[in-house]
Amino acid sequence: MSEFRSQKFWLRERFPKSGFWVLTPDFSKMNLLEIKNLKLDFGSGADALRAVDGVSLTIGAGETICLVGESGCGKTVTGLSIAQLVPAPPANYVGGEILLNGRDVLKMANEELRKIRGGVVSYIFQEPGAALNPVFRIGNQIKESLKLHKPEKATNEEVIRLLKLVGIPAPESRIRNYPFEMSGGMQQRVVIAMALASEPKLLVADEPTTALDVTIQAQILELLLDLKQRLGMAILLITHNLGIVGDMADRVAVMYAGQIIELSPAKELLRRPLHPYTKALMNSVPKLRGDAGRLAAIPGNVPRIGNFPPGCRFAPRCPIAKPECSKEIPELLEVEPGRWVRCPFWKTP
Amino acid sequence: MSLLEVKNLKVHFPVKPGLFSRAREFVKAVDDVSFAIEPGETLGLVGESGCGKTTLGRAIVRLVEPTAGSVLLEGEDITGINGSLLRARRRKFQMIFQDPYGSLNPRMTIEQIVGEALDIHRLTDSKSARQKRVIELLEAVGLDPIYAQRYPHEFSGGQRQRIGIARALAVEPQLIICDEPVSALDVSVQAQIINLLRDLQQQRGIAYLFIAHDLAVVEYISRRVMVMYLGKIVETADAKTIIREPQHPYTQALISAIPEVDPETKRKRIVLPGDVPSPIHPPPGCPFHPRCPIAEKRCKMDVPPLREIASEHRAACHLAKPN
Amino acid sequence: MNEATPIQNPAAGRTLSPWQLFRRRLKRRRIAVAGGMVLIGLYLVALFAGFIAPHSFERLDRDRFFHPPTWPQLAGFHLVVPRDEPLPGNFKYRAVPDDTRPVRFFVRGDKYRLFGLIPAAVHLFGTGDDNYPVYLLGTDQFGRDVFSRLLYGSQISLSIGVIGIVLSFTLGMIIGGVSGYFGGGTDTVIMRLCELIMSIPALYLIISLRATFPPGMSSTQVYAMIIVILSFIHWAGMARVIRGMTLSLREQQFVLAARALGQSNLKVIVRHILPNTFSYVIVAATLSVPYYILGEVVLSFLGVGIQEPNASWGNMLTAAQNTEYLRNYPWLLAPGAAIFVTVLAFNFLGDGLRDAADTKA
Repeated sequence: MSEFRSQKFWLRERFPKSGFWVLTPDFSKMNLLEIKNLKLDFGSGADALRAVDGVSLTIGAGETICLVGESGCGKTVTGLSIAQLVPAPPANYVGGEILLNGRDVLKMANEELRKIRGGVVSYIFQEPGAALNPVFRIGNQIKESLKLHKPEKATNEEVIRLLKLVGIPAPESRIRNYPFEMSGGMQQRVVIAMALASEPKLLVADEPTTALDVTIQAQILELLLDLKQRLGMAILLITHNLGIVGDMADRVAVMYAGQIIELSPAKELLRRPLHPYTKALMNSVPKLRGDAGRLAAIPGNVPRIGNFPPGCRFAPRCPIAKPECSKEIPELLEVEPGRWVRCPFWKTP
Repeated sequence: MSLLEVKNLKVHFPVKPGLFSRAREFVKAVDDVSFAIEPGETLGLVGESGCGKTTLGRAIVRLVEPTAGSVLLEGEDITGINGSLLRARRRKFQMIFQDPYGSLNPRMTIEQIVGEALDIHRLTDSKSARQKRVIELLEAVGLDPIYAQRYPHEFSGGQRQRIGIARALAVEPQLIICDEPVSALDVSVQAQIINLLRDLQQQRGIAYLFIAHDLAVVEYISRRVMVMYLGKIVETADAKTIIREPQHPYTQALISAIPEVDPETKRKRIVLPGDVPSPIHPPPGCPFHPRCPIAEKRCKMDVPPLREIASEHRAACHLAKPN
Repeated sequence: MNEATPIQNPAAGRTLSPWQLFRRRLKRRRIAVAGGMVLIGLYLVALFAGFIAPHSFERLDRDRFFHPPTWPQLAGFHLVVPRDEPLPGNFKYRAVPDDTRPVRFFVRGDKYRLFGLIPAAVHLFGTGDDNYPVYLLGTDQFGRDVFSRLLYGSQISLSIGVIGIVLSFTLGMIIGGVSGYFGGGTDTVIMRLCELIMSIPALYLIISLRATFPPGMSSTQVYAMIIVILSFIHWAGMARVIRGMTLSLREQQFVLAARALGQSNLKVIVRHILPNTFSYVIVAATLSVPYYILGEVVLSFLGVGIQEPNASWGNMLTAAQNTEYLRNYPWLLAPGAAIFVTVLAFNFLGDGLRDAADTKA
């Protein structure tokens, strides 16, 4: 599946000095990131466990995509693959490509990978305390990030500017703080500052607020929205919390057991989910001011890697499963404009 | 008579500044808390990290020693008792824990874990009776007893929580302190455990103190809810009221910060500035005033008492008006 | 479908305890398995030392002081051993040609007690004739067979290791567990005591303790006392580590759960905390055994350990103090080689155990 429309994307530019015409790609028309049919195994040969099974996703410049799913569905690994951050001996890319500005990340050499990591693609993770080195001051850590990608800007002034950008009060004094002197929310802001140092085009945020309190979570999400508008960067937000999706995302991809099972614009998904899993998930979460009837729990457990059931992976737990669901994995089809579902019976209420 | 009555409970941890230093500071984890739970009722306790809710739960169960105040279980003060008397009282209240991976001894089988309480309190008199009881308990939480000889690492998070619940049920308690029992579980499994807890309450009349940071879950399962901030209770009311008409500014901010799945609700999000201050040096006066959007001068000076502003609705705020 | 069904590994029908998983991982490390095999071999040999050794450990052969090793040679289909005759000068020997005896198996020889209990006289191999001795590793300054003494010595050296660690680790685990669990004053007192013990140089402590014994103790008593002394030094280090592990285990939620159930403190320590330290303890134990072996070696080397005529690897090495002996009679260093092999085997096994215990059970 590809949203890539192969229109004319070449620009003719005049080469300075010589005056010759030259063709260059027009990045504004190309998708920033295109994951095409990504397949990732852990281990090899007979013991191989497939963690990501044919995931395809595109992110345009400045777009916010949420990748939603529960633990073990492969969302984190997918996000890490974008910069080939999954350690390659246990992991094994057995198919697909990841095109970042047109170049396949999976085929890049180390030199080029180091340039894009933190340069074009930046990451923030779940535990800010673990992402910061406890023995270095945060000013130095941010400077380290600058030195790698924008060495001419590796100055205290730039660090202070970044700290202001992420909303840390009194940044001049904070530069000399150690991570343990800051609260979780502050630490996460520092991590975001480090990620933004190089003005990346894509920010991959893997459960950035899960470890934070609800009120701090609200602060960080607001910060991310603000930064997105100011810097125009794309965000891939990986989470298991459907609530965040509504505020943050343009589009949502729901993952289950290594596959994308629903992909649609965020508001549409929340208003009217199509896949039985998405529907069941939304029904099983207690809602504020909801009624107090028995929760519609999803029976059974999330299947673990290596133990995926045959056919549709949600079938054993699906309220509308039919015998043919367990025979073949259904295709991800565009059933309405912009809305993709991996379920032939999505119309069932 | 209430099943549980907590009166002016304080849990202060000394901070040791040095080997020979005199000045002692205290982390006031729980600072003068009072409430009651009736038999068969669920009282929810909400707050963010560092507010003291976990410490409160553990102090009630005497896993942490209270510094002052009393805990009355069916009228009897259990803060002073020890030894075999305390052990006998432990049959009345139990606890289930947050971390499904750390709350079960990895070297014991399920049967040993669930049956340990039976041995401690000599609740069964023969091996076969004990085995039967373990099977009963496993079935009560929805686990197939065939798996009694398995080890915890073979189970998923949701199943381990069920094992933990079975362990707590072994003594047939009247009160269970649930310390964030679903926070570490997958979303699709949380509902199973919440349903299980509700079913057990209906079948056995167990009361719960349900501690969590997720207000939606707490509202769903509790009849009444308390909100804690920096060791103090700032608001308490029944679940519906506290969500629909919160009076304390912190409760209001907490509710508005929750990301909502329903995209239609347009609400103004109250984003609190700053971080939760340290419990060693709580601010003077109202603990919330540095972050409060409506703080006034007297909030800095006088600690607001938890006062009744409507029937069964109390809030600790100078500016909350009785209706 | 049931709301809760455990995960089933389709390959294994049975359940695997953490212990079995550990053993599986251990088997994959070849060098550890090799070390383990070597150790099993050594301990079996030590168990049957009297049987395998062709001579008694105290039998003097006045005709053959410092005799070099005599290996059976192949003549026809027999292994035979020639008789050596002394040459003039110091302790040189020459084989007398054509004067040989065949080496037979299960021959009668010197009396000994199998397992220390059963009197027997059958040896695994030998010639049966005292004039034709089989000295696989030569003889020492008193004409005693080095190989036989090596085997008898292995009984002492290897067993000291095992008994020693059982003693010190049991003591260390209990004291460390109690100290870490209760904390406060108990913890402080115990830990200061441990540090005190650890801060005294071990060698001097060992020798001083040994000096407090009355002279004229029987060899068995000396043996027991050596174990006690070595264990006394060693338990402190173990206690400290176990105390550290207990401090973190004590906060685990399953320990809190056991306390909430009303479990007594002692049972919590013994049933919940200490079993979760086993993965460390086994590794530390295996890596500590060489300490005991070497401790005994040092004591005996200095003359305050196992006394003559009993053999131990340590007191056999006292001959190595004399450089003239070393130069002329290098087979006297055989115990050193034996110690080397044993310590190496324990280290390989210990490394393998540590790697196997590393992942979460």
